[in-house]
Amino acid sequence: MKNLLSAADLDRDEATAILDTAARMHAIQGREVKKLPPLRGRTIVNLFFEDSTRTRSSFEIAGKWLSADVINVSAKGSSVSKGESLRDTALTVAAMGVDALVVRHNASGAVQRIAGWVGCRVVNAGDGTHEHPTQALLDAYTLRNRLGDLEGRHVVIVGDITHSRVARSNVILLNTLGARVTLVAPPTLMPSGVASWTCETSWDLDATLSGKEFGDVDAVMMLRVQRERMSGGYFATEREYAINYGLSPQRLDLLAEHAPVLHPGPMNRGLEISSVAADSARSVVLDQVQAGVAVRMAVLYRLLAGAAEEEVLSV
Amino acid sequence: MTGHAPTSAESADAADGAAIPAPVPVLSDADVARVIDRIAHQIIENTAKSGFDIALLGIPTRGVPLAQRLAARIALFADTTVPVGSLDITLYRDDLRLRGVRPLGDTVEPEGGITGRTVVLVDDVLFSGRTIRAALDALKDLGRPRAVQLAVLVDRGHRELPIRADYVGKNLPTATAQNVRVRLTEIDGVDCVELEAAE
Repeated sequence: MKNLLSAADLDRDEATAILDTAARMHAIQGREVKKLPPLRGRTIVNLFFEDSTRTRSSFEIAGKWLSADVINVSAKGSSVSKGESLRDTALTVAAMGVDALVVRHNASGAVQRIAGWVGCRVVNAGDGTHEHPTQALLDAYTLRNRLGDLEGRHVVIVGDITHSRVARSNVILLNTLGARVTLVAPPTLMPSGVASWTCETSWDLDATLSGKEFGDVDAVMMLRVQRERMSGGYFATEREYAINYGLSPQRLDLLAEHAPVLHPGPMNRGLEISSVAADSARSVVLDQVQAGVAVRMAVLYRLLAGAAEEEVLSV
Repeated sequence: MTGHAPTSAESADAADGAAIPAPVPVLSDADVARVIDRIAHQIIENTAKSGFDIALLGIPTRGVPLAQRLAARIALFADTTVPVGSLDITLYRDDLRLRGVRPLGDTVEPEGGITGRTVVLVDDVLFSGRTIRAALDALKDLGRPRAVQLAVLVDRGHRELPIRADYVGKNLPTATAQNVRVRLTEIDGVDCVELEAAE
């Protein structure tokens, strides 16, 4: 694995290897000394062209716990605002001798372009409405901890699918791991190409959650309504959305006892998820955050700790 | 310490160039059991005066079942429970960058931790000593043991670091090109130690 740009870069063996490694990495979070040595001397740059708190700090902690040097570069106040092109910014940062770039960009495909320009490893930390592979990995990790093997499990993803890179990466990865996915959204928030995705789709949340439509549900993932990506017109009012697609206490009761509730955060309480659901024992939102660090440690370890193929050849 | 293997090294060397010679048996299943019993007695002898304030830490893969067996024998001989853990050293290896990425093993802290105790590291084969150096680094991130000792089933020589074992099952003279193959029932379905020529 040279880069992690898409959940589709991972076959089942590699995805499982990352999740297994993450389980081992997770154990150090309980230790007094939270530091492991494998990336000593490696430099990782978090290159974020879009605001992010949890993903950036999660990558930063992951890199630091593996003893890498981590530098954060945010677009605001950087050369980007002075008019530098994406390519020049990426090449400039890469030219400082970094071993990996962790990139977030608000344009779909920007991270893939950067990977084509620079020689170092590149990790996609979210590109536009396209992909967010490490989020899919941490969701899969959280689900695996709750449900065991994901083979044959049925995961329902609800909400703003159109603007969600989380949904796309999750559909791909969950399929790779043998799970079934059903997407639920109002027609206006269902992407136009969704017919080509390997999942079922529905407009009716109650029928899906009760298992009437596509069978029993093992987990439900509520997506954030991304107000910043919406120029309005996707649904009549927030109240209407909450009534039709929010995870209310009544809908929570439709779920089987074992089924966890996931949310990639940040949550809009009262919109896509009720406080009762967000704070219930089934909510694994904070587990997801913890898993995020472990999964990102696993990804960085697998990308950077071993010898690169080209290095092996030259030895 | 124990009798040396008389001709295994030479015979494997002599066959060099011919078809790959059959592996030479070094320890049978009964030998392995006797060796573990003896090491258990030696550990008891050394640590009884400290009130058995020890923990056994197996190094994956085969050090872990060895540590568990030692603990079981110590429990039988000395009527005392010794906590067992495992210590994965992959992240501490000095050759991580030389090969493709490696999968990680389990690190399980022994009950009660390691700080202030005598820790006995347990591994199957002692060779260059680099694994043990990595284990010492890994230990320091888990706590501060009072003392660290080392028990190995086979010491095959060729040390590259100033490291020695406190408890040795079998000293086995080898050529660097040979492989010492340890099989344990828990992992391989059978107990034995063999010396084979490298491919």
